[in-house]
Amino acid sequence: MSDKKKLPAFLSDKKYRGRLTSFSMVLIMYIVIEILMNTGNLSSLFTSLLVPVCCYIVAAIGLNLNVGISGELNLGQACFMSVGAFSAVCVSGSLASSVPDVPRLVISMIVGAILAAVFGILIGIPVLKLEGDYLAIVTLAFGQIVKSLITNMYLGIDEAGYHFSFVDNNVELIPGGKMLLNGPMGATGTQRISTFTAGVVLVVVALIIVYNLMFSRSGRAIMAARDNRIAAESVGIEIVRIKLLAFGISSCLAGAAGALYGLNYSTLIPAKFDFNTSILLLVYVVLGGLGNMNGTMIATIILVLLPELLRSMQDYRMLIYAIVLILIMLLTNNEMVKTWIQKAYLRLSTDRKGR
Amino acid sequence: MDFLSYLINGLGLGSVYAIIALGYTMVYGIAKMLNFAHGDVIMIGAYVAFFSIGDLGLPVIPSVLLSMAVCTVLGVLIERLAYKPLRAASALSVLITAIGVSYFLQNAAQLLWSSSTKVFPTIVSAGGISWNGLTVSWLTLITIGTCIVVMICLTLFINHTKTGRAMRACSEDKGASVLMGINVNKMISITFAIGSGLAAIASVLLCAAYPSVYPTLGAMPGIKAFTAAVFGGIGSIPGAFLGGLLLGVIEIFAKAYISTQLSDAIVFAVLILVLLIKPTGLLGKRIREKV
Amino acid sequence: MKNKEMCKRVMSAAVAASLALTLCACGGGAKSSSGAIKIGGSGPLTGPAAVYGNAVKNAAEIAVEEVNAKGGLQFELDFEDDAHDAEKAVSAYGVLKDWGMQVSLATVTSAPGAAVAPMYRDDHIFGITPSGSSLAIIYEDPDNATNPYGNVYQMCFTDPNQGVASADYLAEHPDLGTSIAVIYKNDDNYSSGIFTKFKSEAGVKGLNIVYEGTFDDSNASDFTVQLKKAQDAGADLVFLPIYYDPASLILTQANQMGYAPTFFGVDGMDGILTLEGFDTSLAEGVYLLTPFSADATDDLTKNFTAKYKEKFGDVPNQFAADAYDCIYAIAQACEAAGVTADMKSNEVCDAMVKQFSSMTFNGLTGQNVKWSTSGEVSKSPKAVVIKNGVYVGVEN
Repeated sequence: MSDKKKLPAFLSDKKYRGRLTSFSMVLIMYIVIEILMNTGNLSSLFTSLLVPVCCYIVAAIGLNLNVGISGELNLGQACFMSVGAFSAVCVSGSLASSVPDVPRLVISMIVGAILAAVFGILIGIPVLKLEGDYLAIVTLAFGQIVKSLITNMYLGIDEAGYHFSFVDNNVELIPGGKMLLNGPMGATGTQRISTFTAGVVLVVVALIIVYNLMFSRSGRAIMAARDNRIAAESVGIEIVRIKLLAFGISSCLAGAAGALYGLNYSTLIPAKFDFNTSILLLVYVVLGGLGNMNGTMIATIILVLLPELLRSMQDYRMLIYAIVLILIMLLTNNEMVKTWIQKAYLRLSTDRKGR
Repeated sequence: MDFLSYLINGLGLGSVYAIIALGYTMVYGIAKMLNFAHGDVIMIGAYVAFFSIGDLGLPVIPSVLLSMAVCTVLGVLIERLAYKPLRAASALSVLITAIGVSYFLQNAAQLLWSSSTKVFPTIVSAGGISWNGLTVSWLTLITIGTCIVVMICLTLFINHTKTGRAMRACSEDKGASVLMGINVNKMISITFAIGSGLAAIASVLLCAAYPSVYPTLGAMPGIKAFTAAVFGGIGSIPGAFLGGLLLGVIEIFAKAYISTQLSDAIVFAVLILVLLIKPTGLLGKRIREKV
Repeated sequence: MKNKEMCKRVMSAAVAASLALTLCACGGGAKSSSGAIKIGGSGPLTGPAAVYGNAVKNAAEIAVEEVNAKGGLQFELDFEDDAHDAEKAVSAYGVLKDWGMQVSLATVTSAPGAAVAPMYRDDHIFGITPSGSSLAIIYEDPDNATNPYGNVYQMCFTDPNQGVASADYLAEHPDLGTSIAVIYKNDDNYSSGIFTKFKSEAGVKGLNIVYEGTFDDSNASDFTVQLKKAQDAGADLVFLPIYYDPASLILTQANQMGYAPTFFGVDGMDGILTLEGFDTSLAEGVYLLTPFSADATDDLTKNFTAKYKEKFGDVPNQFAADAYDCIYAIAQACEAAGVTADMKSNEVCDAMVKQFSSMTFNGLTGQNVKWSTSGEVSKSPKAVVIKNGVYVGVEN
C-alpha cells in the first residue's frame, strides 16, 4: 500500500488510470503496427483491416457513450455513420481536383462529423423524450428511414455545378461530370485517401472527448440521469438537454468514423449501413462492457478479427462465429465462471506479492 | 374499388405480421426481452413445412402441425439453452445472445439446406370471391380468418385458463408470482412454446402468399413484426394484433398511393409519429414511475 | 469491479494471441511453389446473396478439376467469402494476396468488385469477374465509361449492355406487347443499372412505358400493388430486369390475381425453371434474353449440368456457367501465353491482358466471345421463350 502513495496523482486516481491504459494501449499498438508495416512484415489481410477497425472502434466508443454512460439503447448508430460517410464522400469528390489528400481528408471528416451531429441532435430532440425499448425502436426506425432516403438520392457534379434529384433519377451530366451519389449504387470511383494514421488520430480524439465528458460536470449529470431519472430531475438536472449532449457527441463520433470508412473504399453502398451494422456495433459495446472504453476497443478488435481468423473453417465460419458469440455471453454472465476467474486472479496476485 | 382491394391486401399482409408480432409481444411481456431470433424460428418452420409437403407428401394440415411441433420444441430448446442461464443478466446481454442465436439458425439452415431458394408448393388454389368487380383471393381470406381465430383462442387462453392467468401474473410481477406458488420458469417456457408455435403458423401463411424459402427468410418479417408489436404497445396482445394489421395496411397504401421506393421510410415514419404522440404504443399500458 | 478488471486481462491475452496468429500469416510472395497456378476469387458464401457466390465457387471447382484432370496445366483455387460487402471483399483480397494468388476471378457481385478493382490494378494482378456486371468494376470513372483499369475483365454482359439489348429487342418485336410496365429492384446495382439504360434507350426507340414499379430488400415479397398498378395502367408486357427468385414471386402473384401479360426478363431470370418446387407452368410464355440455359442440348452444357447436379445437387444457373467459362478462358489464355506456375503475378498479368484482348473464346455462355481492351465482353444474348417448361430459341 505504501508505494501507492508515492505514485503521482494521475496514476493513483482511478479516473486517470483508465485513461492512461487507453492511450498507452493505442500508442503501443500504433507503434508496433507502423514498424511491422514499414518493414513489410504485416500481412495484406491485416493491413486491409486497420482502417475499418479504427472506424468501428470510434463508432462503438460513441455508441458506448450512448448505451453505457447515458443508458439509452440505440439501435441506429449505423445511420449516423452513413450520414457522415456519404457527406464526406461528396465533399471529397467535389474537392478532388483542388485540394491535396490530407487536408481533403480532414475537411471531409469534419464535415461528416458535423452533419452527423446536427442530424443526431435533430433526431434526438423528439426522440429522447421516449424511454427504454421504445427509444430503441425509434432509433431503429430512423436507421431504416435514413437508409431508404440515401438509397433514393442522386447527386451529380459537372462544369455547370451540382445536380440533385430525389426518388427518380433525372440527373443528366455533361460528359466529364461525376455522380457523387447514385441512388442504390451509392458512391463509386471514390479516391481512397483514408490512412491508418488518420484512424489512430481519430481514436485518440474520440477517447479524449469521451473521457473529458465522462469526468466533467455534464458527464456526472448524464450518469445521474441514467441511474435515477427522477432523483436527477429533482436536483435540477435538465434530463433531455444532457441526454441530447451525449446523443449529439455519439452521433458526431459515428459521423467522423463513417467519413473515414467511406473514404477508405472506392465504392460505398447505402445498404452497408443497415440494421445489421448497428447491431454489430452494439455487440462490440456490450461485449466490451458498458461504459468501459478499453473493453470496447478490445472487443471490437477481437470481433473484427474473429471471422477473418475463422476463414480456414470455410463453410462453418459464420456458424462458429455465432456459437462463439453465444458462449461468450453465457460465460461472462455465469456465476461459476466469474468466481473461478476471481479465485484464479486472486491466487495469482497473492503469489506475486509473496515474492 | 381500388381502395378496397388495397385495403384487403393490406389486411392479408397485416394478418401475417400480427401472428408473428404476437410471438414477440408475449415473450416481451413475460421475459422482458426482445427475442431477435423469433424471425429465424419462422424460417425453420417454413423449411419444415416445405419438406413435409414437398418431400414427405403430407397434406397441408398435418404439415402445419408438424411444423408447429418442431418450432415449439425449437423455441423451448433455445430458451432453455441460451436465455435461461441469462435470467439474472442485463437485458442487453440477452439481446446479444438472441442475435447470436439468430446468426446460428441462419447459418445452420444454409449449411443444412443450401442457400438456394426453394419454392413453396401452392397450397391454396388461385381465384376467390368476386363481388362488383372486387376480387378477394381465397388465400387472403384464409390468412385473415386464421389470424382472427388465433387471436380469439389466445385471448381466451390468457384470460380464462389457470395457466393463462399465471402467465399474466408473471408478466405483472415475477417476485410476487413466485410467492404465490407459480413456477415462473415453466411459464416462460410455455410462452416461448406458444410464440414459436404461432411462428410456425405464420411461416406457412407467409410462404403460401410469398412462396420463397431461403435461410434469411425470417429477417425482414421479423423486423416488421417487431415494429408492429411496438406500434400496438409491446407486451399487449390486442396491441400486437392491431399493430400488425395497421402496419400491413400502411405498407400497402404507402406503396399504392405514395411511392414504392419510399414505402419503408413511410412505414417507419408513421411508427415514430405514433410513438411521439403515444409513447407506449397504441394499446400499451402507461406505467407510472414510482418515486 | 474486480471482475471487470479480470475480464479485461483475460481479453487482452486473447487479443495478443489472435494478433500473433494473424501476424503469422505474413510474407508470401506472389509465386507458387506447388506447381499449380493459384487462382483466387471472392463472393458471398454466407448471407442473403450466398446463392450467387456458392454457384460460382461450385462451378469454378468443377472447371478446375476438369482442367487439372487433363494433365498439363494445373490450377489451384482459393475462393473466399466476402458476404456481398465491400469491406469483407477487401479483406478477402488480402487473404488471397497473402496466399500468393496469381490470377483471379475477382468478385461475384458488383459493389465488392468495384471496391477491389483498384487494388487489382495497383498490385498488377489479372482478374476476370464471372458475374460482376457493373461498369464500376472495369472503369475507374464508370459515369463516363473512361479510365479502364485495364487488367480487370468481365465474363458477363455489363448492365447497360443488357438494358439496351432488351429495349432494342422489344422495339423490333411489337407483337410481344406495346404498353410496357417495368418492375425493378431499386436498391440493387444490377437491376437499376439495367433499368436506367433500358429507359433511356426506350425513349430513343419510342417505346411506351406505362408504369415503373420498384421494390427493395425489405419489400421483396409482396408485389400485389406493383402488379395491380401495372394492370390498371393497361400494360400488356412486364419487363423484369431482376433475378429469378423475386421473379418467381411476381409470376405466382400475377397468377393469383388473374393478370397475364407477357413477361420479359434478362439473364438474371435464368434459373427460374430449376427453382426447387417452382410450378413451371407459371413461367409459360416468359421471354428472356440470356446467353446460357441449363437445358441446352449441346455436349458442353449437358456435361456441365450433369456434373454440377451430381456434385452439388442443384441445377447450375447463369452465375455458375459464367464462372465455369472464366476458368476455361483463363486456361486457354495461360496455354496460349505459356504461363507457368513459377511466374510472378505481374508477369502473369501482362500475359493474360495480352491474350484476353486478342483471343476468341468458345464456352457455355457464348461462341466467339471477345473482349475489348477495357475489359468489356462482347457476346450476343439469345432471346428464348419458355414453352412446356423448357427454353425454346425464338429466332429459329
